[in-house]
Amino acid sequence: MAEEFKAIVFKLADESYGIEVDKVRTIERMSPVTRVPKTPPFVKGVINLRGNVVPVIDLRGRFGLPEVEPDANTRIVIVNVADMEVGFIVDSANDVIDLTEDMIEDPPEIVGGVKAKYLRGVAKLEDGRLLVLLNLSEVLNKSEIVQLEQIGE
Amino acid sequence: MEMNQYLSMFIDEAKEHLQALNENLLRLEQQPDDIGIVQSIFRSAHTLKGMSATMGFQDLAALTHEMENVLDQVRNGRLKMNEDIFDTLFKGLDTLEAMVRDVEGGGAGQADVADLIERLQSLAEGSGAAAARTASGKGGGGSASSAAAGPHELDEYQLSVIRQSAESGFRTLHIRVTLREGCLLKAARAYMVFEALERHGEVVKSEPSVQDLEQENFDRTFAIYYITRQEPSFIRNLINGISEIEEVTAEELREADLAAAPKREPAQAETAAASAAPAAPAQAGTGQPAAAAPRGNKPGGAAAGRTIRVDSERLDALMSMFSELIINRARLEQLASEIRRGDLTEAVEQMSRITGNLQDVILKLRMVPLETVFNRFPRMVRDLAKSLDKKVDFVITGAETELDRTVVDEIGDPLVHLLRNAVDHGLEPVADRKKAGKPETGKVILRAYHSGNFVMIEIEDDGRGIDRQKVIDKAVQRGMLSAAEAARLTDEQAYQLLFASGFSTAEKVSDISGRGVGLDVVKTKIESLGGRVSVESTPGAGTRFIIRLPLTLSVISAMLVKLGPEKYAIPLSSIVETGIIDRNSIRNVHGTRVVEYRNSIVPVISLAEVLESPHYRDDAEAETEIVLVRKGDRMAALMVDDFIGQNDIVLKSLGRYLANNKVIFGATILGDGQVALIIDPNSLIK
Repeated sequence: MAEEFKAIVFKLADESYGIEVDKVRTIERMSPVTRVPKTPPFVKGVINLRGNVVPVIDLRGRFGLPEVEPDANTRIVIVNVADMEVGFIVDSANDVIDLTEDMIEDPPEIVGGVKAKYLRGVAKLEDGRLLVLLNLSEVLNKSEIVQLEQIGE
Repeated sequence: MEMNQYLSMFIDEAKEHLQALNENLLRLEQQPDDIGIVQSIFRSAHTLKGMSATMGFQDLAALTHEMENVLDQVRNGRLKMNEDIFDTLFKGLDTLEAMVRDVEGGGAGQADVADLIERLQSLAEGSGAAAARTASGKGGGGSASSAAAGPHELDEYQLSVIRQSAESGFRTLHIRVTLREGCLLKAARAYMVFEALERHGEVVKSEPSVQDLEQENFDRTFAIYYITRQEPSFIRNLINGISEIEEVTAEELREADLAAAPKREPAQAETAAASAAPAAPAQAGTGQPAAAAPRGNKPGGAAAGRTIRVDSERLDALMSMFSELIINRARLEQLASEIRRGDLTEAVEQMSRITGNLQDVILKLRMVPLETVFNRFPRMVRDLAKSLDKKVDFVITGAETELDRTVVDEIGDPLVHLLRNAVDHGLEPVADRKKAGKPETGKVILRAYHSGNFVMIEIEDDGRGIDRQKVIDKAVQRGMLSAAEAARLTDEQAYQLLFASGFSTAEKVSDISGRGVGLDVVKTKIESLGGRVSVESTPGAGTRFIIRLPLTLSVISAMLVKLGPEKYAIPLSSIVETGIIDRNSIRNVHGTRVVEYRNSIVPVISLAEVLESPHYRDDAEAETEIVLVRKGDRMAALMVDDFIGQNDIVLKSLGRYLANNKVIFGATILGDGQVALIIDPNSLIK
């Protein structure tokens, strides 16, 4: 029996994405974001998460997708990876599903405009839908950010 | 086993004694003829030995015992301190420290001490005096046989102490303590009796000897000669208060009794004096030592420094809850100012005052003196100087300066590194110093002091200074910058190259100052503590490393300013003053905008430009608000949109994802729940 796990499902430009539930701390509604200067454009700034200051990044921007204005469905998914707490701004987040490891296949070169290196794999759901699982440590890879910063200077 | 409850106490005390031993040995090295220092060393060693034996750490006790013997010879003038003895004793201390650490880590405190013991023994025997003397040094076991003898066994010296005390109004008591049958920790009980007694007077002599008591070489009864101002009944009650004591008698001895006491042979007497030494601290000290000591030890004095140990996690929890409170206070203040009701405002102001006081108290709770880190340095510098064959006069000032505990815990390693650097690279070898016309002995100063919201720690040496050209050449050679760039560097920028990773100018790699990993680690560490490090150097005259650390990592006073809708905080500690200038008075000098302010020319920085403010530009204004900030002796004027006011803010980190932001060193949550960023003005002043 392959290992079972739960994933939070969220939407980004019509595509469904998943993050393992144990990496998600909470899901928040959009709240005022304080801009932080000298950061890449996809870093929207920091928010006050019940007394803690948490950076948020626009996942659309991170993946090079066109950014949109937040609306009533916009959510911030707070993830915790390698002691790093970061919020992802996503179009919507409203589902938790059960997955098993054997449902996951290697990602194709590019899915919905997102490069394969940010992806852990693609899960085929029973109803035929596809769920793209993110490789969080790559999404939060800072060396890439450092490079971006240097270009900016 | 019952021992456990004493173990942490033992470890703490053992460390204190080891520290005292270290310090005193260093002092003695400076003043080898001060027998008073030998006395206090001897006393620490003796107490340590007793404690170790009681706790069953035999190796610890054995080694301390041998060190004590050597010291005893010195104390009695039969042995002269020399380099060999110092080194051996220091080595002994190191071994003891390692053993205590082992105990702390749950070990049995065992170590192979045979070699050291042998060396110590040969030192003690090599004192040249008669073999009998040596025997007297090892008299602990030997005197056990005489323990059963009658009470009047005071020697000349002890009698004279007693007589002197009697003249100054002290009583002499003969106390007899019987422990309960089946008492498990006889030595511990005896120790507790001694401790209780020493709070109220001086133990002149005990039978059996202190050594035998410590090693449980007694049945159930021991007797003590004791001088005190207290009534015998008080002493009886005092001892009866200790558990597992069956019976106590305390009789006052009159002068006549003492006069009748038979005198013992001097040689034996010395053994007795040695065993009583820990109890009579200032034997060879001032004129009326025994009488003077108890006065300082009056019962009232004991209450002065009462402390409790608190788990630091609880303090951290308290601190973080308090941070929440401050944020909520700011929110309340804001609401009250919006609602404008007199009684509400009053209540909120009252609460602000109370939380303000609370803040002072809580912040102080976390403060510890730098002494706790500094006190291990003299020893380190000494050893270092020795191994490098240099002469160093090491001076510490401001060790009492207090800093947040987290900072103090972390600052040790960077300081070790900088001190090692100062001794190894900074100071020249003796021959070079002579050639340069400097005194042979180099000077290294470790200095700490308060400066506003910061604590400064400086490490200064009077060595050769930093060779600017050498630093730059190396940097160019490593490809860190081009020769053209290098030529434009200011001195300080050149020195900052030292902190780049993989940089080391030492031509000789020594095991002391590493291999080019180092200063960058120092810098990273200090910056992670919210601090800065800079260097000043005069070739041929010396180098000074200056570390600036925030007093506390949690709550700071700041000025809140606006740039359009955005709010920023500037630490008050960097602000000189605020003001308004006419934009027309801003002039352009060599591409830098400057303004004349209070008779000095100050560079002007547009905060909106630096922070890439999307909604606000200052160039549209005719007059502009400025915040004058300072870094060392340089200043800059920051142009802002508007002032909001001064506030205590809780410093929060931006999180690891956004670490390394050069301009912003943190964030805070304002009363309305918004996050405001805290600007680091130092990063703006070039």
